[in-house]
Amino acid sequence: MNKELLRIEGLKTYFDTWAGIVKAVDGVDIEVIEGETLGLVGESGSGKSVTALSIMRIVPSPGKIIEGKIIYKEENLLEKSEKALREIRGKEIAYIFQDPSTSLNPVLTIADQLLEVILAHQEISKKEALEKAIELLKLVEIPDPDVKIWNYPHQLSGGMKQRIAIARAIASQPNLLLADEPTTNLDVTIQAQILELMQNLRKRLGMAMILITHDMGVVADIADRITVLYAGRVCESADTKTIFYKAKHPYTQALLTAVPSLALRTDKLKVIPGNIPNLIEPPSGCRFHPRCEYAIEKCTEKIPELIEIEPGHKVACFRALEINLESPLGGAKNN
Amino acid sequence: MQKIINKEILEVQNLVKHFPIYTRGIFLKKQVGLIHAVDDISFSIKRGETFGLVGESGCGKTTTARSILYLDQPTSGKINFEGKEIITIFSSKNKEEKQKLRRKIQYVFQNPYASLDPRMTVADIITEPLTIHTSLPKKELYQKLYELLELVGLEPYHAERYPHEFSGGQRQRICIARALAVEPKLLIADEPVASLDVSVRAQILNLLKDLQQKFNTTYLYISHDLSTVRHLCNRVAVMYMGRIVELAETQELFDSPLHPYTKALLSSIPIPDPLAKKSRIILPGEVPSPINPPIGCRFETRCIYKKDQNCIKYPPKLVHIGKGHFVACEKTKKP
Repeated sequence: MNKELLRIEGLKTYFDTWAGIVKAVDGVDIEVIEGETLGLVGESGSGKSVTALSIMRIVPSPGKIIEGKIIYKEENLLEKSEKALREIRGKEIAYIFQDPSTSLNPVLTIADQLLEVILAHQEISKKEALEKAIELLKLVEIPDPDVKIWNYPHQLSGGMKQRIAIARAIASQPNLLLADEPTTNLDVTIQAQILELMQNLRKRLGMAMILITHDMGVVADIADRITVLYAGRVCESADTKTIFYKAKHPYTQALLTAVPSLALRTDKLKVIPGNIPNLIEPPSGCRFHPRCEYAIEKCTEKIPELIEIEPGHKVACFRALEINLESPLGGAKNN
Repeated sequence: MQKIINKEILEVQNLVKHFPIYTRGIFLKKQVGLIHAVDDISFSIKRGETFGLVGESGCGKTTTARSILYLDQPTSGKINFEGKEIITIFSSKNKEEKQKLRRKIQYVFQNPYASLDPRMTVADIITEPLTIHTSLPKKELYQKLYELLELVGLEPYHAERYPHEFSGGQRQRICIARALAVEPKLLIADEPVASLDVSVRAQILNLLKDLQQKFNTTYLYISHDLSTVRHLCNRVAVMYMGRIVELAETQELFDSPLHPYTKALLSSIPIPDPLAKKSRIILPGEVPSPINPPIGCRFETRCIYKKDQNCIKYPPKLVHIGKGHFVACEKTKKP
């Protein structure tokens, strides 16, 4: 069952800017199993989006993939020709962008935008394609699809636009869906609708999904496994329950405690001191060490490798096994 | 400790703010409609407390706050501040009185990237309100500046820098220092952490809490994020389409919400705990247009309760049902 769909090894994507080389992604390892939802969590600038863009090989200039392997169905996407990639983009791997108002073309109707994707990958007539497009709108639960399909994006609300973007992404039944903060710009009640929809669609179509978000609440809800990124590197990767209850990396722990929770009311929030590091000259050794309360001499000198400490639980921290981190949710619910 | 005095500092009565919409013409401007941004809301804030105003985008939170400061001229209604009717003062030509009021009510804006003048140094930014409102000699002015910088956790050498040299969290600290420079009685904080990363968010929330305990300032805290509201506020009002639908003490509101909208809003927040029990209420549809809002209850189009003629025809009144808990719903029975 647990067949690997995508494996990223040592991915490095750098941006050569006038200020210096920005190491946005600096040695990221990720794997996705068929049919699962992987949550990719991190703050702004942690390299979540650049990782996803690298998978599709659509990193905007001056960004360049320097090193690494992206193995999709046993083939390295980085060695493929542009032409071969076109067969994969949209058909095998699809992308949902953060902001639906900028990812949809404002001068084309919904019908145009859906037909473009359908006709690019399937050899059917225009009429059949239109029927298919209406079918897709029904699938993403848009009311009156045969009317709405002739609308322009500005005639629709943010939630509706995101539904269109989802419809477009699933048009050719991809195996892997990359969703980059799909609900960040939406209100909470609409966010709940969209998350529910995405989860249902994923199960129905048997896709795998990489959900990129900064919201621990969202991943707790729908991810099967979670990978935490910090400053372009993976800190920790494990199944959702382990991340929330048995996190071993101090940064994961800090992410969980810094968020005011509805469940626990504390007088004072635990604070991560300092700011997100500059990626042109990232801190030496472990990139989290200037903000880490457990840092020792070694952390400032050597970069910790991502090590599997338990089956399926990988951590990049020298002290993962010695320090005892307590989950803010309490350890009682383990297992 | 936070000291709350059982005496109103601010009383908003029947505040209405409608924005006219005009047709686009070259010579003639014709009014074609009204956006009902805030529609007849009343609430009061006690001295020393933190009052939260929550709701989704477009519900009128920010318009309410801006109306209090007369940044938007209210259409009708009364606002009493420290026993004085301030709309008449703001609309009069008495400059001195207006300035005195502005000193007492200060505002921290949502986006620290837009609310700081990029061509002013931090020293200029923070001392500007002091030179306007006080006549301190230069020496004391600078003494005060360094006190303020220390207060919000910045270093003295930051004074000579420009806003672009700071991160989002640091900029918000500058905004807070500027607002506190003139020792306001009421601080309006409009989504002060919405644009910040989670790890920095906690720092600013803690800072706001500490400063309140130190100066006993009253806060009006505006947010769409219920978890930060719960962390910071003593009492909360929930807004929907320009009206307050529920108002109660924070604990009471979160433990026993009564209005169907509050219930849905609370249930749709993703909880960062994979094992938490989820009984999510997914609201059908989207927020109707504020140009032609529903005549009766504004929430009637999305309500999960069985509605009757009363809901459709008459707007429900905000009724006190005990323990300072107010609800505007016909279907909510008194306990």
